[in-house]
Amino acid sequence: MIKVEEKLYQNRYRVDAGLPHIRIKNEDICNSRCPTQQCAVCCPAGCWSFEAGKIGLITDGCLECGTCRVVCDEFKNVDWNYPRGGYGILFKFG
Amino acid sequence: MSEKFDVIVVGAGPSGNAAAYTLAKAGLKVLQLERGEYPGSKNVQGAILYADALERIIPDFRDSAPLERHVIEQRMWVMDERSFVGGHYRSEDFNKEPYNRYTIIRARFDKWFSDQVQKAGALVICEMTVKALLRNEQGHVIGVEVEREDGKIYADAVILADGVNSLVATQGGLRQDIQASNVALAVKEMIFLPRETVEARFNLSGQAGVVIELMGSISEGMVGTGFLYTNKDSLAIGIGCMLSDMKAQRTTPTELLERMKAHPAIAPLIAGGETREYAAHLIPEGGYKALPQLYGDGWLMVGDSAGFVNAVHREGSNLAMTTGRLAAETLIELFQNGNEPSAANLARYKAKLDDSFVMKDLKKYRNITDTLDKQRQFIGDYPNLLNQAAHTFLTVDGQDKQSKEKEIMAAFRERRSLFGLLGDAYRLWRATR
Repeated sequence: MIKVEEKLYQNRYRVDAGLPHIRIKNEDICNSRCPTQQCAVCCPAGCWSFEAGKIGLITDGCLECGTCRVVCDEFKNVDWNYPRGGYGILFKFG
Repeated sequence: MSEKFDVIVVGAGPSGNAAAYTLAKAGLKVLQLERGEYPGSKNVQGAILYADALERIIPDFRDSAPLERHVIEQRMWVMDERSFVGGHYRSEDFNKEPYNRYTIIRARFDKWFSDQVQKAGALVICEMTVKALLRNEQGHVIGVEVEREDGKIYADAVILADGVNSLVATQGGLRQDIQASNVALAVKEMIFLPRETVEARFNLSGQAGVVIELMGSISEGMVGTGFLYTNKDSLAIGIGCMLSDMKAQRTTPTELLERMKAHPAIAPLIAGGETREYAAHLIPEGGYKALPQLYGDGWLMVGDSAGFVNAVHREGSNLAMTTGRLAAETLIELFQNGNEPSAANLARYKAKLDDSFVMKDLKKYRNITDTLDKQRQFIGDYPNLLNQAAHTFLTVDGQDKQSKEKEIMAAFRERRSLFGLLGDAYRLWRATR
């Protein structure tokens, strides 16, 4: 099965280096209180990971869909914003 | 920006472009703000363009819009793991001008639409994200704040066309954030193939195209559908399911799409193609019951921002364009008569919506999401039973037809019982009337 990274490789992005547009409000909630880490399962771009009991987020490949914010409905622990104007995903076809 | 505008439109998708174009054409002073590098760079759709909604805004759009193929054939496939039972409708009447539906590539189409908006006289600024709404002491919306220093821009009215996530409206307290149970997550790929290959595989010539809607086993028990659309030299393939279901079933959407692409009925259609883009998007599918307040003092909400999607018929962009146009026409009438865009006056927008296909259709299907959500047999059992029935009936093996029919009926009764079958027919009828 093709990995999500290979799919994202086809996309165009203008990454706002050092300024991720999505932040975790409190990582402790993800690591110790959230039982499901649903963000890591449902994110279509594989931005979220949960390994060795620790949540990880790298927004470079983000497709700006909003899924992680919407699935985190129990803890509302995702501080979700659009990237600054002009940055982020640049769909060639959309 | 010290200038004041008649109207600020937030977002340059179909609803925002329809609104900005209509307003500018009427001579109003319009500012449209788009966060993407170019209009379309943040926008995702299957995509089907419904000509009627655009024709009412730009009657001669066919002369210049970048269109892929006009749709002459609609296929609906109800799938199980190895087969599908399908209905196809192909008509030479759809192959005559003026064409009714087209496949489009949104990044190209939105750019074109935005060009028309600018030619009509609106000021369009890209790479500018709106951060917040500006309100006066009475709470009336009087403009927006953008991510610049002194980034306050004023207008008599603001149209929110900022899409499904609509942070501006949510943070401004105009609506609740979307719920996982009211939104589908769709993932999509653009797969390129030589034009001749597309035409040979789908029995096409010239500019004619085919769309396939897929349901059944591909959604793996979740409420959702797949699609495969033909463009000139590419195929758009994708699947969308309710996010609450993906969450509950712990489904990774990329993998769901990969499994659908591997289905024996689909794999040969896309074989040898080159994927050049992978996209994901939320679709507001809560329908009538999930609609927020649509207008207030100094503001109106259109398109996906408000959740104008008819999930049953896979329609959204036409609702977006229509709501954008109606919002604009409401404002034009008010301004022409010298009236304020107060909530009381903007109630005319809601009246226009109620009078249009938009609200009528949403109302008609107001119960369908609940029905499918609670009655999973429509997603799992029936597609499976239908495929089994076809298999039994079409396998020639010495068994007589009457006992084959009995076997099929027995399978239905076993899975759903006689009362279950009658109840399901009633539920489906109730949900769609």
